[in-house]
Amino acid sequence: MTDHFVLMALFAFFVSLVFAVLMRDDVRAQVRLGAMMFGAFMVAALALGWFMLPFPL
Amino acid sequence: MILGWMASKSSTAERPRAAAEPAVLAAICAAAWLVPGAGHLWLGRRQKGIVFLIALPVMFMIGLWLDGRIFPFDFSEPLVGLAAVADLGIGLPWFLARMTESGAGVVTAATYEYGNTFLIVSGLLNFLVILDAFDIAMGRK
Repeated sequence: MTDHFVLMALFAFFVSLVFAVLMRDDVRAQVRLGAMMFGAFMVAALALGWFMLPFPL
Repeated sequence: MILGWMASKSSTAERPRAAAEPAVLAAICAAAWLVPGAGHLWLGRRQKGIVFLIALPVMFMIGLWLDGRIFPFDFSEPLVGLAAVADLGIGLPWFLARMTESGAGVVTAATYEYGNTFLIVSGLLNFLVILDAFDIAMGRK
């Protein structure tokens, strides 16, 4: 279980879940916000990874 | 008139009143720190409390499973000291991990940094959960 993408998705899931439950009281609003945050995490991580591709470490 | 308005704005009558006594507030915060979600359960926010009770310790356990390190309180290295404070934020799971001597961390493991991230963020999220429980107890939410 060292797949970095899966670990990143797992991390994004838990953080989105906790923030959505903290910030919204209604279950439907929690699901909507959590899904949006999870999607934003994934898109941002993939975009940043793609932009960093040309830079050598 | 303006002075009267200013006085009324700064008077204690306008400030939100605590719904609970200071001792009860402290007990709610202590419970929320020790057992993630306990503060919300105490205050009757069952759905939120159950989510925090499951999600945050699971995050912490994933961090341990990924060979993350529970950092020592070494403030000669500021980042290590701050990471230790963040780790401690999860409460009881931190004490259990220390008692069972898990969380030593394997620096050579591919997942070491991921483990650290899970451990630190679970503690920091629990700090936010404690603040939320405090706000609910104060009658602000």
